[in-house]
Amino acid sequence: MSVLELHDLHVTYRTDGGSVPAVRGVNLSLDTGDTVGLAGESGCGKSTIAGAVLRLLPKGTEVSGKVLLDGEDVYAMKPGRLRAVRWTSAAIVFQGALHSLNPVRRVGLQIEEAILLHSQQSARSARIRVGELLEKVGLPAGQAERYPHQLSGGQRQRVLIALALACEPKLLIADEPTTALDVMVQAQVLRLLEELQREHGLSLLFITHDLSVLTHTCERLAVMYAGRIVEEGPSTQVFADPQHPYSRALAAAFPTIGDPASRMNPQGLAGDPPDPSALPAGCPFHLRCAVAAPECSSLDVALRPAGAGRSAACVHVGATDV
Amino acid sequence: MRARFILTKLVGALSTLAFVVAFNFFLFRVVNENTVESMFRGRNLSPSQIARLERQFNLDGSKWEQFTAYVGQLLHGNLGLSMKDFRPVTTVVGEALWPTVLLVGTSTLLAMTGIFFGFRAGWRRRSGYDVGVTTFSMFTYSMPDAWLSMVFLGLFASGLGLFPTGGLEDSGSNAAGLAKLLDQAHHMALPALVLAIAYIGEYTIVARSAMIDTLREDYLQLARAKGLRDSEVRSKHAQPNAMLPVVSLSALNFGFVLSGAIAVETIFSWPGLGQLTRNAATGPDFPVLQGLFLLFSASLIFANLIADLMYGRIDPRVGGR
Amino acid sequence: MSERIPEAEATSPVIGSVPRSGRAVAWDRRRASAAGVWRGLRNDRLAMVGLVVLVLFALLAFAAPWLSDESSLSAANTGDNPIWAPPSWEFLFGTDHLGHSVAAQFLWGSRISLFVGLMATLLQIGIGSLIGLTAGFFGGWVDSVLMRLTDWFLVVPFLPLAIVLAAVLERGLWTIILVIGITSWPSTARLLRAQVLTVRQRLYVDRARSLGAGRLHLMRRHILPNVTPLILASTTLAVPISILTETTLSFLGLGDPTSTSWGGMLNSAKDNSAISGGRWWAYMPPGLGIVFVVLAVTLFGRALEEILDPRLRQR
Repeated sequence: MSVLELHDLHVTYRTDGGSVPAVRGVNLSLDTGDTVGLAGESGCGKSTIAGAVLRLLPKGTEVSGKVLLDGEDVYAMKPGRLRAVRWTSAAIVFQGALHSLNPVRRVGLQIEEAILLHSQQSARSARIRVGELLEKVGLPAGQAERYPHQLSGGQRQRVLIALALACEPKLLIADEPTTALDVMVQAQVLRLLEELQREHGLSLLFITHDLSVLTHTCERLAVMYAGRIVEEGPSTQVFADPQHPYSRALAAAFPTIGDPASRMNPQGLAGDPPDPSALPAGCPFHLRCAVAAPECSSLDVALRPAGAGRSAACVHVGATDV
Repeated sequence: MRARFILTKLVGALSTLAFVVAFNFFLFRVVNENTVESMFRGRNLSPSQIARLERQFNLDGSKWEQFTAYVGQLLHGNLGLSMKDFRPVTTVVGEALWPTVLLVGTSTLLAMTGIFFGFRAGWRRRSGYDVGVTTFSMFTYSMPDAWLSMVFLGLFASGLGLFPTGGLEDSGSNAAGLAKLLDQAHHMALPALVLAIAYIGEYTIVARSAMIDTLREDYLQLARAKGLRDSEVRSKHAQPNAMLPVVSLSALNFGFVLSGAIAVETIFSWPGLGQLTRNAATGPDFPVLQGLFLLFSASLIFANLIADLMYGRIDPRVGGR
Repeated sequence: MSERIPEAEATSPVIGSVPRSGRAVAWDRRRASAAGVWRGLRNDRLAMVGLVVLVLFALLAFAAPWLSDESSLSAANTGDNPIWAPPSWEFLFGTDHLGHSVAAQFLWGSRISLFVGLMATLLQIGIGSLIGLTAGFFGGWVDSVLMRLTDWFLVVPFLPLAIVLAAVLERGLWTIILVIGITSWPSTARLLRAQVLTVRQRLYVDRARSLGAGRLHLMRRHILPNVTPLILASTTLAVPISILTETTLSFLGLGDPTSTSWGGMLNSAKDNSAISGGRWWAYMPPGLGIVFVVLAVTLFGRALEEILDPRLRQR
């Protein structure tokens, strides 16, 4: 059964400078135990999707299409139902930078708060559970008494993972959980996420700009560009033999682990991601594309089949001479 | 670590206090020579009287000797003599202290409710509530406290006769106990209200912008994602953080309210430090003015110290915890 | 974050035009940014209301000599006006205890209040800018000493200090200006120091320095243009404080004895028992005048600050 389904999801932000379409028609579905990676440069709309799933986007943001959590339309829920679903059906592992945890509250209390909110437990048993959760993510239970600034980046990330597990959700959305960490710690956190995913049979939607991270962790991979998925398929195949020129550029950037500059700006990819409020006509990628054809400046290609269980949005897909 | 934090703050406060003492001396003995002749303008004094007065007011000797004598006196709790009636300045100021503590304390508590309105306005930025609260705050901010006192006095005391027109209590009344307390409260109502209205906007605006600064924080997004109600996100996560700048600016606001008491007390004939300041300034009665300035500065330094220490207590990132 | 208007970007937006001197380009940029600020203000309805009110009061103050005769207000000249006459067609705001027209006093008082407010602000901004810029620019021990001094002055209660100074010095218009100026500079100094430090850290200043630019050049061409908007915004926001302080000092009888400001009118109304006598017309006009002017400047200043202050724009 589908834990999460996105049907033709559109998200448009309202700003002083006009409307900014951040997500433009995304379809995605995760079954129980599925692990899907969502990759792309910053500004491509991947984090907006995380916010859209739990209805966390700023007021006034336009959302159309459907978001189904366990088959239930998130955007048709009453406020009470929505609050009950948050963190119990799906929880988000936020980025472990200093800002995700409340700086003036002890971390244990922040986990406890979620437990007490969604279950009829006594404060005592909730506190015991906090200790268990912390130990599960590899931290001593005593760390519950710490304030966020007293923990290292890796420890904070573990706390955030423990926090996400607090209400035993079926779906975990990890939003750039390794971005603020150095390489060694990154690997540890990834291993932890993988273990927890297997152990609990969780569905995992893993959002990152770092394609290399996804190939190990996720079975399937979706590459986003300018608010759309431009390629989707089994992660090893997408990585080894990308069909879309943008995925190819992202994959080419893989070897330099730990160099933030090369991660932010994939090798062999000139120019910046397009401004979402002023997308070019035709394929939004054609201005940066190494293999752009004349028709690309006017023709916007939808996802088309590209082999078994794969699809890509490029005119060259299906043609033989790429 | 924690002891060190407190010690640093204490030393800082003491150094500021030392600056104020030196500055105080400088103002009254260097900027204004403040000789006996200038102090007692228009009175015929014999040379022996002048010499006696000079000694009495500690004006003989070189400036350095005067300064050390001044500091020495201060350390003994001696602020000199009032020029008006030759009573010790400490006595004159001491008599006026309590009424002002009562008035400023009450008004500060009332004005601090502005923090609550400011938080809510900032939380609902650009809503009707926010516009209303901000407009009201700016209005009260724009009103000179002297004028507001006059309007209230003219309307509610002289005009409608709902409140007494001034003083600490009914003259000649020998009420005691609860009756005395009620009488004093009746007298204090208008000046306290004026002071509170005049400075509530200060608190509101500070609290509002502190709240707006926290609105974008990621931990609020996380709190919302956990399933907390909007009001819980505000009260449990946003407010404790927005409180931090408010605490450190509260000492500054306390200084404003204290200053505001000068005009308000003058109009309501409230026998406190404010009225005393006005009388000493127009007298002029320099020793009293000097003592008052020292007291005002010291209480503000103290308020700042308290705010710093409180900040250290509520923000785990400072204060060495 | 970096699309701030006054930012001196290295890239020239001028395409296809003849090569022009750097100075001309800089001028264009400045004119464009001024136009941007004006557009921002035009969109802020409250700021425009403030501006209109302000212009009205400025016009009134300017036109005072044509609207009313100052000599009619001298103590000697009471003529045969009734005393404490309530507002009427002849005396729009009534008369005071000497039979002087309150409206005429209001008109002439506006000149004093506005003048003192403006001058004191300029003085305050001058001192604050000098100290803030010096501290931020030179750093090191200069910075430490100046900031210690600023911190001290920040803690000293502002109004009592002003009262003490006003009592210690000779009474007069310029004394009031001086007193307000030298008691209220510390916040400006801190603000500017912080801004200079930010500007200094930006790359292009380093670049200019490594190219061998002198300190004066650095200050004039790189730092000043970047802090000027902030100086402008904080000037606007300092005017209300100056006006309110002048009001309080004059109300306490510490103002200029030879000319009557709005605060002086309040003082005279109080001293001549206008409150207990129910002569509201003696103190309502000057009080409302202050409220309107201060509110107008505040509304305008806040809008300006929101446009010009980089820290507020990020919100």
